[in-house]
Parts: sequence; structure tokens; C-alpha cells
Amino acid sequence: MQDMEPEDINGNYIERILIFNDGSRRKVLVTDKETPFQDGRLIVSRTDAAGIITHVNQSFVEMSGYSQEELVGQPHYILRHPDMPSAAFKGLWDAIEKGDKWHGYVKNLRKDGGYYWVLAVVIPNIREGKITGFTSVRRKPARRKVEECIDLYPTLF
Amino acid sequence: MPYRMTVSPDFTPDHIGGWYIFNTWLQKSLQLPIHLELYDNFNQQRKAIGDDQIDLIYANPYDASVLVREKGFVPVARPSQTSDEAIIAVNQTSNVEYIESLGMDTVIALTEDPDVNLICDIMLEPAEMHNSGKNRLVMGSYPLVAKALINNRADIGFFLVEAYQSLSQLTKQNLSVLARSQINVMHHTLLVGPQLKQHRDLLSQHLLTMKSNYKGAGVMESMGFDEWENMPDEAMEFMIDLVDTLNYQPE
Ligand SMILES: Cc1cc2nc3c(=O)[nH]c(=O)nc-3n(C[C@H](O)[C@H](O)[C@H](O)COP(=O)(O)O)c2cc1C
Repeated sequence: MQDMEPEDINGNYIERILIFNDGSRRKVLVTDKETPFQDGRLIVSRTDAAGIITHVNQSFVEMSGYSQEELVGQPHYILRHPDMPSAAFKGLWDAIEKGDKWHGYVKNLRKDGGYYWVLAVVIPNIREGKITGFTSVRRKPARRKVEECIDLYPTLF
Repeated sequence: MPYRMTVSPDFTPDHIGGWYIFNTWLQKSLQLPIHLELYDNFNQQRKAIGDDQIDLIYANPYDASVLVREKGFVPVARPSQTSDEAIIAVNQTSNVEYIESLGMDTVIALTEDPDVNLICDIMLEPAEMHNSGKNRLVMGSYPLVAKALINNRADIGFFLVEAYQSLSQLTKQNLSVLARSQINVMHHTLLVGPQLKQHRDLLSQHLLTMKSNYKGAGVMESMGFDEWENMPDEAMEFMIDLVDTLNYQPE
């Protein structure tokens, strides 16, 4: 995946390197700007069985800062924020690959280096007994839960 | 025995006439007898579905999921460029400005519309009060939900966007919108049941060309739709997955 570009970033940033489960690396540029989650928004995406994005709704586009064309075809880790512990995503994949549903609080990285917190639910799409992909819907989280995660996540690295 | 058609009870009253005209048009086009039965509420309709009394239904996404999964219905078409969205409204004089500021004692006025209730409960997430079983006033219609807000019997009310918009001007002046959903990808769908399934292709041919048909265009207008669009099985499965995702309640 392409590294993040300084010209896309809004404000002061720090540089971090992410290493993903598939072995690939990405340089990300991170600011401390939070984008508030508007009441009523639901962010929807769908991936194939490998976690490659196949569909996003308009709220996804607006909240992530990427265009639909930039998102579809990319691995879902395009939103991976360095403050998220990988244990969270291991839990996600362990659950959904077994055919279970999963939910969790996720800090996502925007194209402009900022972030937004979501409460995400992911479910497997099962067709004729086989998992063909995954659907995720994110809603605005309760602030109290986000505060808990801000305390908890740094302890999981 | 004629086939039986029905419409999700959440459609706006302005379009009742349109559905009767549609039924007449459909019978002529398909050369099949179809009887339109409209139910006053979701319970009555659910009972009819349970008793296998329905062959053709314009269903909301929630009911559509159940019909496809449990009753062997298949999708035929959907109106183009529509999406089902919901509104949480308050009395105009309410001092509630954000969902977050709602307390556990909030009284909710709502209908039995499963779709809208699901979406609105999710919109309440930031207040950590969703699915609180108490404090729910179940009303028979959206205008009654509005009335409960205006009379201060309830603090917030759940509405389908179309239903909110079709409230009288006077009613709307006494309400204000606290939150409006932006999902974009959920919508009503026309489904056929097991008895009528054999005519699915015929039905779909007529619906998809309805707008270019001189009589059909007028019928569509009276229903408040622009055009029918094809609804493939996979698109339906996608929406069912979405409803499942919304239905999943994190602890
Ligand atoms: C449907 C679906 C939605 C996902 N949504 C996100 C997301 O919003 N943000 C995120 O960082 N990871 C998301 N993931 C997880 C990523 O696939 C990936 O596991 C994660 O970003 C960490 O990367 P890694 O597993 O390669 O270490 C999602 C996965 C699936 C299947």
C-alpha cells in the first residue's frame, strides 16, 4: 500500500511505520486531530474473504477522507491507526473466520492524518455454507467507552 | 383464488391511491388476478404473512430479511434512488441538543416499524440507553408519535423520514429533528412469495419497463416513485447481512 503523503496531511504530524499481517509495510503520518462522528451516521463497508474492500457507503467516504475509488480494491488496513493494538484485530479475525460476529471500539486513521473513533460490528457473509466476505457497520460510540479504550489500548502493546 | 399483494404499513397515506392504481395496472399487464390488501399495522400484516396469506409484498428491509430467510420469498425490484432513513425528533421547546445528553429516564414514542426502531436504537448508542425496555410508548401511527411529543408525553420520537416529512406543516412546526440517519444502502423491496414465484421474470419484465410505458409512467408517479430497478438475489443477501449487522447488539 502507498505511504501517506505530507501534502495530504492537515496540520503537524509524526511519522510511524506500520507492519501488517501480510508482511507489507506502510509509512503513516499521524496528527492529533479528531473528526467528530455526527449523530445518525452509519459507516458501512464490505470486504471479500481476504479483507479487501469491495463496497463503501457515502458516510465511509466522508469520514475516512478517501474517495470511493481510492478505497475499493484496497485492504481494510488502509484505516489502521498506529495507536490500535494488533491484539484487537487478531480477536476480530479469529472471530469472523470462525463464522462469528465481532464488535469492538476502533480508532481509525483518516487520509489527512486525523482520526475518528467508532463502535464497529463485523459479520461474516455466508453463502451456501461458505464465508464469501464480511460486512461492517460502524456507529457513533458512547464517549465513556472511548475513554476506557484510550486508557486500555496502550497497555496491550 | 386471486394472488394477494400487500404493502409495508409504513408507506405514506398520500400514496394509498397509487397502490390501488398499481394493482390494477399489474393485473392488466400480467393477466393475473391480484387482490390488494392493506393492513393498518405491522401486527396484522405479520399475522397474514405467518398464515401464508401474502404472495407479493412491498416490504421494509427488516421484514424483507425475514421473508427471504424464513418464508421463501425472492426479490423482484426496488424503486430507484431511494433509501430508508430514520429521524429522532423532539418537541420544538425541548432543551435536548445532542443524543449524548439523553438520560436513562428518557421516554420514547415509537411505532412498531421494526426497521425504523432498529436504526433509531443504533442512533441512541452514544447515550448508552438503547434497548432500555421501559419508557417506550408504542403508538399506532407516526402522527400519534408526533402527538405524544407535542403533548410532552414522550421526550423523543422515532420516525421514518418520509413519514416525518408528510406530517402536517403545523405538526412539524412543533417538532425539531435531533438526529437523522445517513445509511444510504437500505431500502424497501418488492418481493414475491412461493405461490407467485413462477411469474417472477414476467413481473420483473413489466416493472423494469414500466416507466417507458405510457400508462405505467403515470402509475409510478401516483406511487411517488421514479422508476423500478432490478433487485438481484445478491443485492438482497447484502441487505440481509446489513440488517443482521444492525441487529447485533454489542452487550
Ligand atoms: C469488514 C471488515 C472491516 C474492517 N474495518 C477495519 C477498520 O475500520 N479499521 C481497521 O483498522 N481495520 C479494520 N479491519 C481489519 C483489517 O482487515 C486489519 O486486520 C487491521 O487493519 C490490522 O491490520 P493487520 O491485521 O494486517 O495487522 C476490518 C476488517 C474487516 C473484515
